[in-house]
Amino acid sequence: MADTARRSGLISIIKKEFTRFFTDRRMVVTTLLLPGLMIFLFYSVMGNAITSVLSVDEDYEATVYAVNLPLTIRDVLDTADIAVTEVTPDETADIKEWIANKEADVLLIFPEDFDSTLEGRTNSDPTLYSPPDVEIYYNSTRVESATTYRAVTALFDSYKTALTPSFNVNGDPGGQFDLVTERDAAGFTFASLMPLLITIFLFSGCMGIAPESIAGEKERGTMATMLITPLARWELALGKVVSLGFISLLSGLSSFIGIMLSLPALMSDGGEAASASVYGFNDYLMLLLVTLATVLVFVSLISVMSAFARTVKEAGTLVMPLMVVVMLIAAMGMFSTGAATDLWYYLIPVYNSVQCLVGVFSFTIAPAAVAITVITNLLFTVVCVVALTKMFNSEKVLFGR
Amino acid sequence: MTQMIKVESLNKTFKLSKKQQKVERSASALRVAVDNLSFVANRGEIYGLLGPNGAGKTTTLRMLATLIKPDSGDALIGEHSIVSEPATVRAHIGFLTSELKLEDFFTPNYLFDFFAALHNVDAELAVKRKQQLFERFGIDEFAEVKIGGLSTGMKQKISLVISVVHDPEIIIFDEPTNGLDVITAKTVTDFLAELRNDGKTIILSTHIFSLVEKLCDRVGIIIDGRMIADGTLDEVTGGRDLEEVFFDLYVSVNEEVA
Repeated sequence: MADTARRSGLISIIKKEFTRFFTDRRMVVTTLLLPGLMIFLFYSVMGNAITSVLSVDEDYEATVYAVNLPLTIRDVLDTADIAVTEVTPDETADIKEWIANKEADVLLIFPEDFDSTLEGRTNSDPTLYSPPDVEIYYNSTRVESATTYRAVTALFDSYKTALTPSFNVNGDPGGQFDLVTERDAAGFTFASLMPLLITIFLFSGCMGIAPESIAGEKERGTMATMLITPLARWELALGKVVSLGFISLLSGLSSFIGIMLSLPALMSDGGEAASASVYGFNDYLMLLLVTLATVLVFVSLISVMSAFARTVKEAGTLVMPLMVVVMLIAAMGMFSTGAATDLWYYLIPVYNSVQCLVGVFSFTIAPAAVAITVITNLLFTVVCVVALTKMFNSEKVLFGR
Repeated sequence: MTQMIKVESLNKTFKLSKKQQKVERSASALRVAVDNLSFVANRGEIYGLLGPNGAGKTTTLRMLATLIKPDSGDALIGEHSIVSEPATVRAHIGFLTSELKLEDFFTPNYLFDFFAALHNVDAELAVKRKQQLFERFGIDEFAEVKIGGLSTGMKQKISLVISVVHDPEIIIFDEPTNGLDVITAKTVTDFLAELRNDGKTIILSTHIFSLVEKLCDRVGIIIDGRMIADGTLDEVTGGRDLEEVFFDLYVSVNEEVA
């Protein structure tokens, strides 16, 4: 009997928190819809802005000069509608100056024997011929120059790739090797960006609701109304942490979707577009587990601090230092090349979350580290709920002035 | 006569901050709010705690409602100790004070159900009680209006209804008519009399003499945290005017101190 009574108290609190949140249109919009939408719009606009600043009028004709332009390359450039003016080696100094002064775009310098060297590498022993060097001069601060430079190098890259098969006598599995680079490139991009972003969004999601729900209820006197019922203090503490954690997670998820949707726009200029498709089911599963465990830690920490505060405003002030610390730890993750390998590190809440995120995104995570993180964070949450229960029992905390 | 509330030597001391010490011009960092307080309230009676502001009335009632703990002493609510069985005590009492608020966001209907659930009231019974009480106080019209949009009087009525959602045997009201317009105040006092007639035990605090004279069967006069006089209204006043008796007592207490 007492047991069912207890359970109903916990469920009542969770139901009440959910009703409070989900039936409040303004709360749902500002906490669930807006973060994702804002991030998506912000990053899309930013991505487009970067692209448009760096793009060149379609009709623009680049001024490209070349020394010793080989016939094969001339054909390649022709197909790409890049007109080239051939010059003698004596003129290169002048042209370099023009480029520096943004009066010309690109200067290509080929070795005299480019075509014959290539032919030699293709048709006889490649080791007798060292690969020819091509020099490309450009000015990165002139958009037209940089764009032409990229166009030319891209052309050369594909041209080189087109030549490659003739070397690969034994069918060297080069294709597979390429796949690995794509994965690594994406991993590197995500690992340096996502841990910080995810941490910020999860934390601000918690910040948006936990102080309001705990310090706010204290401030408005609605907490005491619940405390004079037979409701156990631990039910109130656990009910708050569970429901606030769930809502924060949804808020974090909204931000996360926003990031994922805006990535193509944001990354389009980076050459190898970072594609989230490099991550498999297991990676997403680990990500979900880590995110959940992280939200619980954030919500518990902010809840305990909010319970100390007398007003929502004071709670905001109290949580500030915590936020700075969390952001610092998350920012540290940006500069690491992979997850910490020593499993002891995963016993430190917040730090373990950031390391796990870095690890998942850079494919360097050990599943044991995720397991330790989840367990550590759950235990940490339990400790916080116990502390919160104690606080709800303390008249100093509840009625102190 | 069954003793429903038995208060035995309750003591409560608060620590004062430096700022509070200055405000209260007190040299001591401690302030005795309730000083060895004892009294008894019987079933089917209204017991009034009468005293000036800061006498310790609210602190006493908060201890009885288990919101704060006494430094020493105890009180039995029914047969349950406020010190060792606070959760059981909370199940048996209804507590109403202006400091306990209802969330503006919710409707009276939702809040009644919520608090009925927290008090483990049987669902069917809760529906019945809600209907009765909402009708009795004219809340039914506003059952689906958010608390934030209601008048102060209506809010007070809803707080009152919610404080007795579980049909408690013992009801503790701190300044029940404070800040209410005359009509709402009358609704509240009528309801208190009705509850007494139903055999409930009520303890209320007030500084309004007429409220005690009209409503209370027994009265305790508290000054500076101490019980100065305690008994039936007749015993305390001896047929005199309650206000006169109170000021005589107040003067004699202050002379004692001086």
